[in-house]
Amino acid sequence: MKVGIVVFPGSNCDADCHHVVSAVFGQEARYLWHRETSLGDVDAVIVPGGFSYGDYLRCGAIAKFSPLMTAVKAFAQKGGPVLGICNGFQILTEAGLLPGVLIRNQKLKFICDTVGLSIENARTPFTSRAAKGAVYRMPIAHMEGNYFTSPDGLKKLEDGEQIVFRYVTNPNGSLTDIAGVCNEKGNVVGLMPHPERVCEMMLNGTDGRVVFESLFG
Amino acid sequence: MKAKVYVTLKNGVLDPQGAAIMGALHSLGQKAVVDVRQGKFFEIELSGLSKAEAEKSVKEMSEKLLANTVIEQYRIEIEA
Repeated sequence: MKVGIVVFPGSNCDADCHHVVSAVFGQEARYLWHRETSLGDVDAVIVPGGFSYGDYLRCGAIAKFSPLMTAVKAFAQKGGPVLGICNGFQILTEAGLLPGVLIRNQKLKFICDTVGLSIENARTPFTSRAAKGAVYRMPIAHMEGNYFTSPDGLKKLEDGEQIVFRYVTNPNGSLTDIAGVCNEKGNVVGLMPHPERVCEMMLNGTDGRVVFESLFG
Repeated sequence: MKAKVYVTLKNGVLDPQGAAIMGALHSLGQKAVVDVRQGKFFEIELSGLSKAEAEKSVKEMSEKLLANTVIEQYRIEIEA
């Protein structure tokens, strides 16, 4: 499988994603610079974490206008699997590919921790190998991870089964403990935690592997 | 021509930064403060547009970039 990893100025988790896809899972990983206009023939897209454009204005607010995002939107429209991790999740909400918004953590501190995540939807391309209700431990590292949407927006997420991950113990005040969501079609998933940081025992955990095992089948 | 855009949080959106600022104001002795909401202010210099064109352009800027309309609203003032 060929996975395109989008790189913005300020992205810093792109290399980890590349390593997991290629060295850990033996698939083809390609960096896609944000100014390119085509994804090439990738089968899946990852929008990695980091601080694209320095989080200027709002996290992900400027990245959404990069030329490559037009191609990512078209890919998503056609049902292509797209995964947004941390800043990638923020970029996808700003770009309108995922509903809601990520705002400042409730206690106003940057949180660097390992958290338990429960799988709420095991039917996305990134959770199909997980069991609904299973708990996976993954690291978080964010200042703006607090998921928010309107009461109507929340109802729509619940009715559409678009909540994919919830925190077992909410670290940042996010609405109903939401840690990750998907779009209506279920092919675009965003989550604040970093599965790409826990795919090897050498790095103290393998709970992130399920996300990639689901994608690669 | 100068456009001023005020971006503020919608009612009902939690503002922990505003709460922290209120706490600091209370520490300063300003006990009469009962709420603080923090917003953003943009000054945009434009040239070559009529007032109507400027209003239309700045509205588009606000909708698409300056405000995240899930949580924020905006108000525009144009000074010729």
